[in-house]
Amino acid sequence: MAQIGYSKKVMEHFMNPHNVGVIENPDGYGQVGNPVCGDLMEIFITVKDDRIDDIKFRTFGCGSAIAVSSMVTDMAKGRTLDEAMKISRNDVAEELGGLPPQKLHCSNLGADALHAAIKDYWVKIGKIKPEEAKPEEEAASEGEACGTE
Amino acid sequence: MSIYLDYQSACPVDPRAVEFAGRYLAEDFGNPSALHATGLAAKAVVEEAREKVARLINAEGPSTIIFTGSATEANNLAIHGTAARNAGAGKQLLASAIEHISVLNPLKYLQKTGFSLSLVPVDASGLLDLEALKGQVSPETVLTSVQYGSSEIGTVQPIKEIAEIVHSGARYLHVDATAAAGKIPIDVQRDSIDLLTISSNDLYGPQGAGALYVRPGVRLQPVSFGGGQERGLRPGTENLFAIAGLGEAARLAGQELEAEGSRLKGMRDRLIGEILKIEQSHLTGHPQRRLPHHASFRFSRIEGESILLTLDAMFGIQVSTGSACSSRTLEPSHVLLAIGLKHEEAHGSMVMTLGKRNSQDEVPAIVEAVEKTVQRLRAMSPL
Repeated sequence: MAQIGYSKKVMEHFMNPHNVGVIENPDGYGQVGNPVCGDLMEIFITVKDDRIDDIKFRTFGCGSAIAVSSMVTDMAKGRTLDEAMKISRNDVAEELGGLPPQKLHCSNLGADALHAAIKDYWVKIGKIKPEEAKPEEEAASEGEACGTE
Repeated sequence: MSIYLDYQSACPVDPRAVEFAGRYLAEDFGNPSALHATGLAAKAVVEEAREKVARLINAEGPSTIIFTGSATEANNLAIHGTAARNAGAGKQLLASAIEHISVLNPLKYLQKTGFSLSLVPVDASGLLDLEALKGQVSPETVLTSVQYGSSEIGTVQPIKEIAEIVHSGARYLHVDATAAAGKIPIDVQRDSIDLLTISSNDLYGPQGAGALYVRPGVRLQPVSFGGGQERGLRPGTENLFAIAGLGEAARLAGQELEAEGSRLKGMRDRLIGEILKIEQSHLTGHPQRRLPHHASFRFSRIEGESILLTLDAMFGIQVSTGSACSSRTLEPSHVLLAIGLKHEEAHGSMVMTLGKRNSQDEVPAIVEAVEKTVQRLRAMSPL
C-alpha cells in the first residue's frame, strides 16, 4: 500500500490518532499554523499540580500533521509543564520513527502548539507576561513561504 | 479490496499490447537502422507502430510521427525544437496557465535565454480565455502551447477555436494531448494542430515511449544529437518493445474509444453526482466539457493528502491530490490556483481518474468511502 514514505508509526498515529477532540474551558489553549499553508493545529490542556492532566487536539493538515499532533499530545500527557516545554520538534519526529524531509515542519507545529498552550496557561496564572507568550507561528499570508525553513 | 482510481499517474499496460510487443524484447529483436534481415524486420515494426499512432489522431501520414522516450521528452522537443529553429521569426512564447510542468519548465528555461513568455489565463472552469489569447497572439509568437485536456481538472479545451486564433497571427500551436489521446477523438487535420504530444502509458501502452506529431512543413530542430533516427529529430536506438506496444495500444484505443469513453462517462457522472451530495464539496474543472474518465473535487476544511492516505489505508481506494502537502515543494498545484482557488481551498483537492479495470459496481463503495473519509477528517479539523 502506498504510504508516501511514512513510517509505520506515523501511519498508526494517523489512522488511529490519540487525544482528538476539544476540552471545554481548558486551562491552556494554543493554536499554530495557517490554513493558507495547509495546516492548522490547536491544543487544549488542563493542568493539575503543575502537570498536564488532560490534553486534546484538533488538526487540519496532512498525514504527518495529524500523526505529529497525536504523538505530541501522547508525549506531553502526565508530564510537568517544565518537562513538556522541553519536548522539541526533533523529539516528536524521532518518536515517530522519522518524517520525510519536506514534512519536518509538521513536527515544529506540534511542539509549537503544545508550547503555546502551556504559555497561555502561564499567562493566565500570571507566571509570565502576555508578550512573552508569542507563538512561533508560520508565515501567515499567501505568497510567503509556507512551512519551509 | 482495492479500487484503483489513479489512471492518470499510471495505467496497467493492456495485456494485448504486451502480447503483441513482448516478442520484440528477446525474440524478434533488432536495430531498425541495420540493413540485414533482422534490422529490416525491426524497422518494419517501428513503421507499423508509426502508422497506428498516426491513424489514432488522423494525421496526414505515418511520417508525421516522431517517437520519443516519453511525453515529457515530446513536449521538450516541440518547445525547444520550434523555438530554436524559428527564433528568427520572433521570440515570444505563449501557453495556458494550466499546462503540465513538462511544458511550463522548458518554456521557463527558454525565458532565461531571451524569449518572452506569457501565460494565458483560464476561467474558473479551466477553459482558456480566448479573448486574452487574441490579445496576446502576434507575428512574434513562435509557439503557443495548450493542453487538450487537463489531467488535474479534466477540462477539455476548444482546440479548433484556439488553433484559428493562433494561426491568425502567430506561428505554431503545440497541443499536449497526454491526458486526452485515446480518451476523446482527436483529429489534428480538422483542428489545424501543428504539434501534438502523446504518451504511451496513458494509452495503456508500455512506459518508455511517447510520440510527437509534427505537421508536414513545421520547422523543427533536434534537441539532442547523435545518429539519424526519427528523421534526426530524436536520435538514439529505438525502444522496439515500447514503440511496438505504443502502436498496438494506440490501435486498440482508437477501436474502443467510443464504447470505453461512454462507459467511463456513465461511471464518472454517477460518481460526481453522488460525491457532490457531500456537504461543502465542489467539482473542480468544467462540468460538461471534461475528459470522460476524469472526476475531480475539492472539500472544504480538510486537506488532500489526508484524504488520499485515509482512502488508501482504510478503504483500499487509490486517488491523487493537488494539495501542497503531497508535493515536494509544498506549493499547491498551479492549476488549482489558476482556476481561482485560494490556497486553503486548493489544499482540499482529490482527483479520481477512471480506467479499464473500473466498473459502475464500484460506485457505491467509492462514494461511501469518500463520505466516511470526509467525515473522519472534518471531525478532527479545527476549521
